[in-house]
Amino acid sequence: MDKKLLVSSSPHIHTNQYITKMMRDVLIALFPALLAGIVFFGYRALVITLVSVASCVLFESLWNRFMKKEDTIGDLSACVTGVLLAFSMPANVPLWLPVVGALFSIIICKQLFGGLGQNFINPALGGRAFLMASWPVLMTTFVMPFQPMPLFSSVANIDAISSATPLGLMKLQGEMTGYMDLFIGQIGGCIGETSALALLIGAVYLICRRVIKLYAPLAYLGSTMLFGWLMGYDGFMTGDPLFHLLSGGLMLGAFFMITDYTTTPTTNLGSVIAGIIAGFFTILIRVKGGYPEAVTYSIMLVNIITPLIDKWILPRQYGRVKKHA
Amino acid sequence: MKKYTFRGGIHPPEHKELTEHKPIVKLDAPKMVILPLRQHIGATLEPLVKVGEHVYMGQKIADSDQFVSAPVHSSVSGKVMKIEEYFHPSGMKAPAIFIENDGKDELDPSVKPIGDYRKLSPPDIAKAARQAGLVGMGGAGFPTHIKLMPPKDKKVEYLIINGAECEPYLTSDHRVMLEEGEEVLYGLKVMMHNFGVDKAYLAIEENKMDAAEHMQKLLNGDNSIEVCVLKTKYPQGSEKHLIKAVSGREVPSGKLPIDAGAVVNNIDTCTALARVMKTGMPLIRRIVTVSGLGVKKPCNFEVRIGTDFQTLFDAAGGLKEDVKKVIMGGPMMGIAQYDLRTPVVKGTSGLLALLENEVIWEKEMPCTRCAKCVDGCPMGLMPLYLSAYSKKEDYDMMIKYHITDCIECGSCSYVCPSRKNPLQRIRIGKQLTMQRLREQKK
Repeated sequence: MDKKLLVSSSPHIHTNQYITKMMRDVLIALFPALLAGIVFFGYRALVITLVSVASCVLFESLWNRFMKKEDTIGDLSACVTGVLLAFSMPANVPLWLPVVGALFSIIICKQLFGGLGQNFINPALGGRAFLMASWPVLMTTFVMPFQPMPLFSSVANIDAISSATPLGLMKLQGEMTGYMDLFIGQIGGCIGETSALALLIGAVYLICRRVIKLYAPLAYLGSTMLFGWLMGYDGFMTGDPLFHLLSGGLMLGAFFMITDYTTTPTTNLGSVIAGIIAGFFTILIRVKGGYPEAVTYSIMLVNIITPLIDKWILPRQYGRVKKHA
Repeated sequence: MKKYTFRGGIHPPEHKELTEHKPIVKLDAPKMVILPLRQHIGATLEPLVKVGEHVYMGQKIADSDQFVSAPVHSSVSGKVMKIEEYFHPSGMKAPAIFIENDGKDELDPSVKPIGDYRKLSPPDIAKAARQAGLVGMGGAGFPTHIKLMPPKDKKVEYLIINGAECEPYLTSDHRVMLEEGEEVLYGLKVMMHNFGVDKAYLAIEENKMDAAEHMQKLLNGDNSIEVCVLKTKYPQGSEKHLIKAVSGREVPSGKLPIDAGAVVNNIDTCTALARVMKTGMPLIRRIVTVSGLGVKKPCNFEVRIGTDFQTLFDAAGGLKEDVKKVIMGGPMMGIAQYDLRTPVVKGTSGLLALLENEVIWEKEMPCTRCAKCVDGCPMGLMPLYLSAYSKKEDYDMMIKYHITDCIECGSCSYVCPSRKNPLQRIRIGKQLTMQRLREQKK
């Protein structure tokens, strides 16, 4: 045999799962929610999403060029950030808003800390928090589903048809929205957050593809329901868990954000703890805080304590036992 | 039926269908056998023969006075041609004895049946095992006589025979159980007598139900040996995880199986021990699975130890054009080979030829902390942190995260979607940490 053989250390085989493919799976899983957004909020939902994705990819590419690094847009992580960022803003925001959000997400939250795998908060959430703090009116002026919107809209002509989200209605006016509308997503809200149904379809896909595990999502949903019931708007143990489950960005947060690998704990128990903490803060802010919605902040909080959880919660190790017999 | 298992582990594609129904084919001894002087864990042997000397089949040709060692015997009769450094499956070179086969297979006069094992005392059984050069046949090659002589203050409660064969592709133990099941049970009885236990466990993964049923049938109602069916999962055949699955006990960190009251032996070690008792024949043959998509006709062979890899591949129809990697052992823990003149040793359970598209890995990506390695690690370690600390040479953190408990099974590298191969880093860190700990002790 004259041909040279390849020599390397074991193992010699590897799984089919690959980061790029997993990112592609996340994009596929987000598609039903995008479709729902387009159905309820019109073509503008698509435009905002495309602008957001394009800016994220552009900023990542520019950064790599500027820093003389290999281009990393091929790993699709910038696309995922772009979609998640767009999903957490209303469909009627001006077109420059996603561009600014993308700049903050990609450059400040992700690349300044070292790029993929090094960021300490979820870039999409960081971008959203930045936009919320800087342009609160733009970020919280929602239109009702099926309202026509001009492409180059401004807040002024939107005002007439704006509505509050179900969480806002509940908090400020004590007005309840129907469960079915909440589940389907026929409510005022952000592009990709309103339809629990569409997000659940995506979540099932991700679970089947073994991209995400259920520990953190179930803990998060469960604790939000539990604390939502305990801390009712009208007092102790009067809350409506189902309402909290289907409202706001909870489904998006539970299946697409608290499952982010980089910013959440590595162990299963750690993930459960993270989910419970996030659920507690979601309800605390929703019911007692200044904002009607709190998924962004609660998950960011968990992102920040993740290193601590990872330090304290270790997997149960084989062989750490007292002597037998 | 209760199915035994453990926490962690992975499910790589098995590829056992290539050879699991192929009966063992006996290969003729080659013109020249090459017998390395290092075929076990422990001291390198000293040759007992000189160049030009005539040797018989089964004659002891190398030995050592060290306790942790096992002698090597000639697998053919013929003439010693040379003794020199040669290719060794470990990837390094090691001294080896070359014997030209005269084709007569003349048996050494010292090879005589030992007789009824029930009349032997335990030290005699261990002595016979050492004389016959028995080592663990799973790959590591731990001398069997040491396992047969547990320290006096330790009691053996779980004697387990490892029929898990959890590595993909390999089917040699599977075929041995189907074709030489009686020998397996005989060897196991010898071990039971040696340890003075009246109960033993034969652990088989559920992807070999035909073997499990066959063994059950051979037992014919004998309750002293229990066939345990294990869930198919890698690395179920790891000594520690087999003990955990069968007995529920864990081997304490840094200790030996006997500290958990357990002894694990390989299937083919049983047949070898049975052969020693019945015929006195030392370990000069072994069953090798030759498989992989790069082999034209995958087979299970019975070969003389010292046969070169090329002969085995030729007997399996030859290699395909686009073979890129040849592995001795399984694809998870086996060793990549660079030369096909390398000989089969006592621990060669399989020879695999993999194609180019199977072994070229995608580009390495950054670690995203996806934690698939944490879920996959059967030892409950954190491979992502261990490999990072190893890279930084942070010994304190490596010790804190128990790097020395790593069994190097490769599960973390298999599951990594970033193709980071954490094990490679961990291996280096583990070696350096152990070295440091040893120095500190001094």
